[in-house]
Amino acid sequence: MDLSKSTFWGFKRENGRVGVRNHVLILPVDDLSNAAAEAVANNIKGTLAIPHPYGRLQFGADLDLHFHTLIGTGSNPNVAAVVVICIEDQWAKKVADAIAATGKPVAYFGIEQHGDHDTIMRASKKAKEFVQWASELRREERPLKDLWVSTKCGESDTTSGCGSNPTVGNAFDKMYGHGVTLAFGETTELTGGEHLVAARCRTPEVRKKFQYMFDRYQALVEAHKTSDLRDSQPTKGNIAGGLTTIEEKALGNIQKIGRKCMVDGVLDKHEVPTGPGLWFIDSSSAAAEMVTLCAAAGYTVHLFPTGQGNVIGNPILPVIKLCANPRTVRTMSEHVDVDVSGLLRKEMSPDQAGDALLECMFRTANGRLTAAEALGHREFVLTRLYESA
Amino acid sequence: MIHFVVHDEHDSVGVVVVEGVKSGQKLTGWIMDQDKDIVVEAKSDIPIGHKLAIKPLAKDATVIKYGVDIGRVIAPIAVGEHAHVQNIRTKRW
Repeated sequence: MDLSKSTFWGFKRENGRVGVRNHVLILPVDDLSNAAAEAVANNIKGTLAIPHPYGRLQFGADLDLHFHTLIGTGSNPNVAAVVVICIEDQWAKKVADAIAATGKPVAYFGIEQHGDHDTIMRASKKAKEFVQWASELRREERPLKDLWVSTKCGESDTTSGCGSNPTVGNAFDKMYGHGVTLAFGETTELTGGEHLVAARCRTPEVRKKFQYMFDRYQALVEAHKTSDLRDSQPTKGNIAGGLTTIEEKALGNIQKIGRKCMVDGVLDKHEVPTGPGLWFIDSSSAAAEMVTLCAAAGYTVHLFPTGQGNVIGNPILPVIKLCANPRTVRTMSEHVDVDVSGLLRKEMSPDQAGDALLECMFRTANGRLTAAEALGHREFVLTRLYESA
Repeated sequence: MIHFVVHDEHDSVGVVVVEGVKSGQKLTGWIMDQDKDIVVEAKSDIPIGHKLAIKPLAKDATVIKYGVDIGRVIAPIAVGEHAHVQNIRTKRW
């Protein structure tokens, strides 16, 4: 596929970023605000609440990450407008003001001294205004480089390493030279292959930051593990699918960054890309946590290779599922967007598989709902660093 | 018909990519990087996605896949035998 003149149809936002969806988000800052947020989303059709269990008494870096994730999600170009709800006004304002810096419409409401009913009423009025405004926004033709593409694999098995992950690698290799902003992550999942990723880092500074993130995560595992992680990394699903060791899983994982991409930068969990190229995001290998961080960092479409059949989506980031396992493609067909099982029967070449994935990516960017979106998979999972106070 | 795939010809294991592989079955393997074929007889029933040894592996030997070290043999594995958590362990953690 020649990508040099490729375009997609996206929503150009006030800050110049381009989105592929047009969500109006009802964003609770804390668990107390979930009920009100869901009530608003129920009142005003076409809005989307993203309830979550946290936000209370967090502190330090854990609290900063919480704010980054909420603000980043609201700021994502796939979101047209945001209604923020919080138990009190100050943090509501903090989150709202930060999202409003993108130029998009934002309103905030605190529950204290109002109660749920009054808050729901006030917020619903605003949500209605926002959704009717957003419904008149139109897509425009944009160059490929306005798309930010992330990847993470999930419920991997050996067909991931043989088929679906190299397909992402093929797609990434093709996009890399065209100014696209790309991302990968899953820090512990590189264990056994971290030297291969380090070798792909563009500069000594990038390599040093990558090594720091990798070592930090290893130290965390060493400090808390009670076994050789045979029950959690690889997971039971990985093992049932045939993956035996973390090293094997890592080598399969690394196939996703292809052969040509260099690692241009490394981001801590709360950081955002500052330019095009391939970014490594320090992140858990838990699918929804990592995809939630990609959305918060501003990525607008996600390539998700799976082996045994991971089913997650994200409220605002369309997650494209591709699979090379013929049994999964057959038994879980409703979850699969791109079937690349033909790779392992020599019915398609790696190039053809990569092109099939890119074609699906363009269709998704232009508006086609992914399987996860159609099935209502909207996993929004915050990464925690430690206990609340 | 391709029954199993191998990434690189120096690998000691291949991955079964079809369902229903039974002990005694003659299996055709596709070595992807070099685009060559090999034939191995299955010595175990091997589920889809699971590995078989394509070279004999002694205890404490290093298992090679993707041309790199992916773990240590903890019980000897004959050519064609199911290679997984019962006879391979991580060297990390």
